[in-house]
Amino acid sequence: MPTKDSARLDIRKTYKLYVGGAFPRSESGRSYVVNDAKGKFLANASLASRKDARDAVVAARKAFGGWSARTAYNRGQVLYRIAEVMEGRHDQFSAEVAAAEGLSVAKARPLVDAAIDRWVWYAGWADKLAQVVGSSNPVAGPYFDFSVPEATGVVALLAPQDSSLLGLTSVLAPAIVSGNTAVVVTSFERPIPAITLGEVMATSDVPGGVVNILTGSASEIGPWLASHLDVNAIDLCGVEDPDEARDLEAAAAENLKRVRRPAAEDWLESPGLSRLTQYLELKTVWHPIGV
Amino acid sequence: MSRFEYAPAPESRAIVDIKSSYGLFVNGAFVEATDGKPFKTVSPASEEVLAEVSEAGPADVDKAVRAARRAYEKVWGPMAGRDRAKYLFRIARLIQERSRELAVLESLDNGKPIRESRDVDLPLVAAHFFYYAGWADKLEYAGAGPDPRPLGVAAQVIPWNFPLMMLAWKIAPALAAGNTVVLKPAETTPLTALAFAEICQQADLPPGVVNIITGAGRTGQALVEHEGVDKVAFTGSTAVGRSIARSVAGTDKKVTLELGGKAANIVFEDAPIDQTVEGIVNGIFFNQGHVCCAGSRLLVQESVYDEVLARLKRRMSTLRVGDPLDKNTDIGAINSAEQLARIRELSQVGEDEGAERWSPECELPAQGFWFPPTVFTGVSQAHRIAREEIFGPVLSVLTFRTPAEAVEKANNTPFGLSAGVWTDKGSRILWMANQLRAGVVWANTFNRFDPSSPFGGYKESGYGREGGRHGLEAYLAH
Repeated sequence: MPTKDSARLDIRKTYKLYVGGAFPRSESGRSYVVNDAKGKFLANASLASRKDARDAVVAARKAFGGWSARTAYNRGQVLYRIAEVMEGRHDQFSAEVAAAEGLSVAKARPLVDAAIDRWVWYAGWADKLAQVVGSSNPVAGPYFDFSVPEATGVVALLAPQDSSLLGLTSVLAPAIVSGNTAVVVTSFERPIPAITLGEVMATSDVPGGVVNILTGSASEIGPWLASHLDVNAIDLCGVEDPDEARDLEAAAAENLKRVRRPAAEDWLESPGLSRLTQYLELKTVWHPIGV
Repeated sequence: MSRFEYAPAPESRAIVDIKSSYGLFVNGAFVEATDGKPFKTVSPASEEVLAEVSEAGPADVDKAVRAARRAYEKVWGPMAGRDRAKYLFRIARLIQERSRELAVLESLDNGKPIRESRDVDLPLVAAHFFYYAGWADKLEYAGAGPDPRPLGVAAQVIPWNFPLMMLAWKIAPALAAGNTVVLKPAETTPLTALAFAEICQQADLPPGVVNIITGAGRTGQALVEHEGVDKVAFTGSTAVGRSIARSVAGTDKKVTLELGGKAANIVFEDAPIDQTVEGIVNGIFFNQGHVCCAGSRLLVQESVYDEVLARLKRRMSTLRVGDPLDKNTDIGAINSAEQLARIRELSQVGEDEGAERWSPECELPAQGFWFPPTVFTGVSQAHRIAREEIFGPVLSVLTFRTPAEAVEKANNTPFGLSAGVWTDKGSRILWMANQLRAGVVWANTFNRFDPSSPFGGYKESGYGREGGRHGLEAYLAH
């Protein structure tokens, strides 16, 4: 009997974490159901655990030396490459953002445009940051004195819960452009665009470990990152409960993490410099002048 | 000890496709010149004619300026910085993609060694566009006030020593800031600028934003004197720079000039000698010495003079002069017969005035324009070879005893583009940097360039800076 022509049955992707340049499942073996905005099943995402978070910090710390030692020009090129590769996946991102955020694809497209353009905007900052926030200081004495910004280290980012791609990009790009490495906890209910962004990272000359992406609950993993002594800064953007945010900020005080408090954000607005400078240290160097 | 000879290692010419003739690039298309005659561009290494190029006359200049004005008013001026950035990023990527082709073309038309066009010029060209692309949507952060605005149409005239790099230094910041440009490459090196015009087409850059017109001094003069021009940017000789400064007097044109130099390269007795000798060689023989910031006056502390000179001569004996496309060549061809005549003339003056001339034995090719690496010792500050820019592979050596004397001699020049300091002592580097009247001071290195680093001169080396955020200021009203 001849087979009847029918629509091809699609292959569905397994959604995993992105840690140290690889795509592992959660070590805990857990997953959770991700539905689209209308409640239709999309995927089982990995539910990252405390151990996954710690692994991600180790990977981020390992990548920090190399990434922060790259020339600013090179980091700019890599960020621009992210934008190039995202552009090629524009349709995929638009469909995923539409499903995640309950928008039509036509409404999702400008959000994807803005996310890609944001990578380009931050790419350009790589070799300009020091020129704008650094200085040469006219001290009253025979010394040459200058101040240069440097990356603070490993940054934990509790990504926004609502804006699954543009919001994520807006917190991630300013952290890594200056040489920090990042551990991201994605939106719990809208993690899929973030996982696809991980695939972009893996194919954009971003060294493994510079960006680590955990799907799961900020409430569950957040405290472990906030109290982790090898994390230098934390963005609490995705924490919606003020009490929880206060507890995380208090936990972060142990090793004096640089903390960014949650605040209302319009992700389509031009971002300004505050997220860039949030994760910078300033180093001032003195040197005598004389024959 | 026997010496290993180098086998020839030529870079293939097959990668470039040179047309027999080129028009002018005006309003996004190649057009015939209306009132000029064609002229030929030759390879200085072989005197072979590479292509015929159009000379733009006053009517062509006018067309180009009008095209730039229209593009400024209708498209480029009103365009969002974010979109200007995207065009510039495209151009940077296209240059990276076509980098080897452009390097070979540059070496053919200019005579510089492929090692330099490939490893220095082209990477810097792409980097320059990449850097300024990133500024296009960040102008309010550039330190030029809260409301930076473009100037309008920029007339840009560039020299033959770094043809594509000078184009990048001119066009990238101008476009990033929102200006449109009419650029005239040097008469002896028009080909990479014309290839760049093609790149603008590949990038879908709106017509009229970049216009490239070829020709000699008269074309350049007509361009900078055109009434429709808001900004003049010139790199070249101090004599021409002066005449441009005169010609814009009484107009509203904003001007930046990057002119000649006679840099002092100052060696103290505590400098690491081998590293210093490499720096001296790089300072004066890089690009055949066709470098406005070349370290053409070597000032050596007396206590180490004999040792530095002996090692310098030994190092010069290993320099390979010849085919620019050979990957082992250190020194290529002099760019033109005219420039060769000037180098010969000034070198003769050096001998006549009593300085001692030395060159290593080296065979020069029979065809083309060549000059061996040359050092003059026993040079005094009054000698013309210590005062005038030779713009060739000719080094004049003077001595000093104290740091104060080094400063006195280094600053004893109407120029002030660059200087070099070689010493192990950090505090002395900074003291010297404070005393030297020069726009760039290299310490324990020489001839370093980066798009983020401002470059330009004091005194008669011109005014304005290229590179860095200061390079944007030259193209902004604020």
